[in-house]
Amino acid sequence: MLEQQLVNALSLGCVYALFALGFTLIFGVLGVINLSHGAVFMVGAYAAEQAVTRLGFPLWGALLSAFLFCGTLGLLIDFLVLRPLRARNAPHLIPMIATIGVAIILNNGVQGIFGAENLRFAPGLVSDESLSLGGLHLTAIELGIILLSFALMAVLLLALKKTQLGRALRAIAESPKAAYLLGINVEGLFYLTSFAAAGLGGLAGVLIGLYSNALFPLMGQPMLHKGIAVIILGGMGDIRGALLGALFLGFAEVLSVAYIGSSMRDAVAFGLLFLILLVRPKGLFGTLQERKV
Amino acid sequence: MRQQPFSASLLALALAATFSTGASAADLKIGVAEALSGGAAQYGVSIRNGFQLAADEINAAGGVNGDKLQLVIEDEQGKKEEAINVFKKLIFQDKVLMVFGPTLSNSAQAADPIAQAAKTVVFGTSNTADGITSIGDYVFRNSVTEADVLPETIKMAVKKSGIKKVAVIYGNDDVFTKSGYDNFKKALETLKVPVTTTETFAKGDVDFKAQLTKIKATNPDAIVLSALLAEGAPLMVQARQIGLNVPIIGGNGMNSVKVFELAKDKSDGLYVGSPWSIENQAEANRKFVVAYTGRFKTAPDQFAAQAYDAMNIASQALRKVKLGSDLAANRAALREALPAVKYTGATGAFQFRRASDKSGKPAGYDAQQTAIISVTKGGKFSIIEK
Repeated sequence: MLEQQLVNALSLGCVYALFALGFTLIFGVLGVINLSHGAVFMVGAYAAEQAVTRLGFPLWGALLSAFLFCGTLGLLIDFLVLRPLRARNAPHLIPMIATIGVAIILNNGVQGIFGAENLRFAPGLVSDESLSLGGLHLTAIELGIILLSFALMAVLLLALKKTQLGRALRAIAESPKAAYLLGINVEGLFYLTSFAAAGLGGLAGVLIGLYSNALFPLMGQPMLHKGIAVIILGGMGDIRGALLGALFLGFAEVLSVAYIGSSMRDAVAFGLLFLILLVRPKGLFGTLQERKV
Repeated sequence: MRQQPFSASLLALALAATFSTGASAADLKIGVAEALSGGAAQYGVSIRNGFQLAADEINAAGGVNGDKLQLVIEDEQGKKEEAINVFKKLIFQDKVLMVFGPTLSNSAQAADPIAQAAKTVVFGTSNTADGITSIGDYVFRNSVTEADVLPETIKMAVKKSGIKKVAVIYGNDDVFTKSGYDNFKKALETLKVPVTTTETFAKGDVDFKAQLTKIKATNPDAIVLSALLAEGAPLMVQARQIGLNVPIIGGNGMNSVKVFELAKDKSDGLYVGSPWSIENQAEANRKFVVAYTGRFKTAPDQFAAQAYDAMNIASQALRKVKLGSDLAANRAALREALPAVKYTGATGAFQFRRASDKSGKPAGYDAQQTAIISVTKGGKFSIIEK
């Protein structure tokens, strides 16, 4: 049973990681806790579902259309909501509150169009039979989520460390003003980040929607809560931290169900999280910058 | 199913209202307060459809002693405060004869006392929580409580599948699924079925494999599941994926044809109990299913069937009442006529059963009905003969 539970933990951790990657990216660069990320995640799942049922897209087409649709949505959110606030030098809390508003609009919009009922992807889009490897059960979509979350993390890390673009993004993360004075196109990179982060959120929505077989307008809400915990644990804005934090949460949840009891699951998982933050207030990989007054 | 028929039916209603005002001077105003938006809307809309279908059929057949039924439909949004507002509007402003609703038990707890105080019949079709009908003698419902149904479901599953021990899993952060669990627990104790393990999950969970792996290790003969479809259907799929192929005994939340859409080929072996089943071939139910599907382009569910029957039950009572010009007297007369109604509709034979309040004095009226137990197979509910 333990081996199967470890596999369960790995796949649950990667589910959280997939969500947290875009979430942490936008915080790392824009410095905004984007609380509409859960709603964007949900929109991605619905966009892909529509692409499959109405346009007959295959899986890769559905993933691509969710990425593009949500990316564009992210751009719009940045252009219409976050940019005007940046231009007015709004304090940190304001954009966060604004994104709550965006989330409410998206949730109600989707409920208005598609109703409050659950939907699911057409069966056969991916096989939901499980592969049996030495007595361990793992479905194709779980395997996909695990591989993709590691691959995306590697790509994001490489892009940030090794490319000119990554250097520019890191400079912005350090100080947007200094980056601007150095001739970096700060606004352009903000747009790019918003696009990529929202696109990743949409991808996560499709995969997790396929995994759970249930799409509903508020599906992003519980994910968002877990996502916040994950990026705080990982160190706000850190890519490796997001993955490790997510894996930690996945393992803590699954093992507490297995050995303590499922009604204690969240108490144990979040209790551990609290203890870790007591020891490392910056999170696993956080580098808290000194606030200059 | 959601948007278009709604506006279309509103239009139809408006038209019907325009035409009927000329046709008959004495319309019988019936209030309908259901959750037509918000999280409970998927239930509220079905219920409203059931009322409309029944009212239109009754009117087409000549109304109640020649008077037409006129529905005054209000959205209570599944919220207590809104339910109170809507009840006040219907009772004091629209001066309806009686009120149907509200959708959720929580709202009924808040709003039913208003109807009771105004001596106006309130008739719930979807409130299953304990204590609703102890509010007072003007409170009626035809929704069968889980306390009545779940023991029957378990008994039948035990008999048919040779179940010796079960594992239990339920959502512990939702009033409905938690009370379903309490009723299951009571029933399992009475029937002396041992429980191997009890697991929980939370609303919005996507992964149940940790709990299911644990359940599988305890080797139960069946899983008892108190969940809403949002979590229940994926949970069934994941159970089958990890090779846990035992029957699943579900509560009211799982009694919907939606389970086939959501769990597809993993939906076999689910036991549910309810007075209503879409597969019940009794004449009254077959007619209801055909008429509902034809009009709303979607299959009815238990909530629509109960609303449909409730409207017919009320009209039976109205036929026996001599209505005068005094609204208060009319309301009281309806209250006196209602408990005696016996009716056989989509949900089978129905009669009221007196409930008592906290101190044991007689209060409102609950439903007295027999449950039909069905099991899913090949994308359909099939009724188990006793």
